[in-house]
Amino acid sequence: MSTKQFQFKLVLLGESAVGKSSLVLRFVKDQFDDYRESTIGAAFLTQTVTLEDQTTVKFEIWDTAGQERYKSLAPMYYRNANCAVVVYDITQSASLDKARNWVRELQRQADPSIVIALCGNKADLSARRQVSEEEAKKYADEEGLMWAETSAKTGEGVTEIFTAIAKKLPLTAPASRSGAARGTTAARSGVDLNKQSTAQGQNEPCNC
Amino acid sequence: MDEEYDVIVLGTGLTECILSGLLSKEGKKVLHMDRNDYYGGESASLNLTQLYRKFRPDQTPPSELGRDRDYAVDLVPKFIIASGELTQILVHTEVTRYLEFKQIAGSFVYRDGRISKVPSTEMEAVKSPLMGLFEKRRAKKFFEFLQNWKDDDPSTHQGINLDKDSMKTIYEKFGLEPGTQDFIGHAMALYLDDDYITKPARATYDRIILYTSSMARYGKSPYIYPLYGLGELPQSFARLSAIYGGTYMLDKQIDEIVTDADGKFVGARSGDETVKAKQVIGDPSYFGAGRTSAGKIRVVEEGKVVRAICVLKHPIPGTDDSDSCQIIVPQNQVNRRNDIYVAMVSSTHNVCAKDVYLAIVSTVVETDKPELEIKPGLDLLGPIYDKFVSISSQYTPTSDGKADNIFITRSYDATSHFETVVEDVQDVWKRVTGTDLVLSKKEVEVQE
Repeated sequence: MSTKQFQFKLVLLGESAVGKSSLVLRFVKDQFDDYRESTIGAAFLTQTVTLEDQTTVKFEIWDTAGQERYKSLAPMYYRNANCAVVVYDITQSASLDKARNWVRELQRQADPSIVIALCGNKADLSARRQVSEEEAKKYADEEGLMWAETSAKTGEGVTEIFTAIAKKLPLTAPASRSGAARGTTAARSGVDLNKQSTAQGQNEPCNC
Repeated sequence: MDEEYDVIVLGTGLTECILSGLLSKEGKKVLHMDRNDYYGGESASLNLTQLYRKFRPDQTPPSELGRDRDYAVDLVPKFIIASGELTQILVHTEVTRYLEFKQIAGSFVYRDGRISKVPSTEMEAVKSPLMGLFEKRRAKKFFEFLQNWKDDDPSTHQGINLDKDSMKTIYEKFGLEPGTQDFIGHAMALYLDDDYITKPARATYDRIILYTSSMARYGKSPYIYPLYGLGELPQSFARLSAIYGGTYMLDKQIDEIVTDADGKFVGARSGDETVKAKQVIGDPSYFGAGRTSAGKIRVVEEGKVVRAICVLKHPIPGTDDSDSCQIIVPQNQVNRRNDIYVAMVSSTHNVCAKDVYLAIVSTVVETDKPELEIKPGLDLLGPIYDKFVSISSQYTPTSDGKADNIFITRSYDATSHFETVVEDVQDVWKRVTGTDLVLSKKEVEVQE
């Protein structure tokens, strides 16, 4: 069986400081930084997951870059997202309420076929837990979301949830589905701006 | 909001978003605010709900237009000229990763009551009905002259000095008819009026070369267009800014530009909060829009542009059913001083429902009946399903801002592309930072 490759746009959502970027940093680089400042410069991360049948799923991961803080996420952010990880902090019950809002926003703005995973982060701090597993799981079931608890700090559950998303994405769909995600402009239909930077010269023969 | 910023940017139009993105990338601490709850300001693309809220607050969009979210209706009719400066900025800042582009399918010009394709190659020019046989020969000589021109080789100059001689001299030298001059000056050099004819020919030469090299790049027209509408452009630069630490606040009323006793910028007040910063950049609507702001007239009106957003249920007649196009109606053809432009996009560009076409007819206002002035453009469209007309003042700042740290951008003009927007970006950048804008391709990590 030949190897199949898919590419999907994954967007992160959730209140500030629930650990969205840390989760991605753990998934992509297997790193954790206790004193990570809010997201700067980490624009565009990708990570590939290989499934048991050797199918590879490349996630093109969009971080909010802080634009969620004052409700200023652009429509562009949701556009063509194939999957979303909505993060809350298990030690802050208010963060689950915020997560519910983000799920509603996704249901309003994103493609109806989007795969949504609800992620209870900071599982290593379960001593300070304010959100029970039951409560979150119940909500996720009602809304048809995937659900898991994770710890970006210890790595617990991180790879697992991304792999589960990869498995749940409709890999049988035509390639155009993955083509819907934008980004690395090569191999896209339309026009590639990066390809042609030579036609600039003063004395370029004009094509009249 | 009690932090102090390097720069506050007001308005999320394309000009402000490019500046915000570039400043954040330089390490400046930027706070970017907009009074609207959407990105893009005057250069936004709106969904149907937003469009009706803006133009007809007492009406809801007709259901037969389809789903609200399928729409991204541009407020300003502009395309990206493929070899132009905006393309440079898009590539150098790598915001191209957030965007996908398609060609504009055709470029047309109006002459003697009908529209014809603007020839893009010599072959097309020879076949074009725009010129008679002898005129074609003369035009060929003219284009060969441009094509062969080398600054450092006087033998290619044929006695012409581009920096001294006017376009009039060159047109006369090649014996080109007024109709051909219209075509070259308006459909290729994209001048809105005839003022260029008596000026040194260099600028016109540069614009023709820009046009032809843009045309050569993708083939169908010199223009490209971002899927989901022009509003994607400010959004992508806003994201760039946010990624480099820029803070975004939409839906934020700005009640006052606060200055100190010497008139220097202190901060921006919203309600009873005042955010401080060293400098402020903003579009004219935040600085009085022609009226007094913080004790001064800060922007003045230079003119007005009329724009009619037209919803069609069919492609524009005579364009070979193009899914998108530009039509230029040169001023001489309709006894005006300024050209009329038609810019049309459709569902191919993910800006409206299937079988809907969005055409914007625009021109510089010359009389007190602006809507009548665009009639020659409207008449080209066939039946118009619905029409949203606006008249926008063209504001320009009264000072360079260096004295008071208040830097104001210009309104979006009537040109068909974004080159003047980039000029404004470069100008404001220089005023704000004191250095020229140099684009270097790097940053924004891409990890595999």
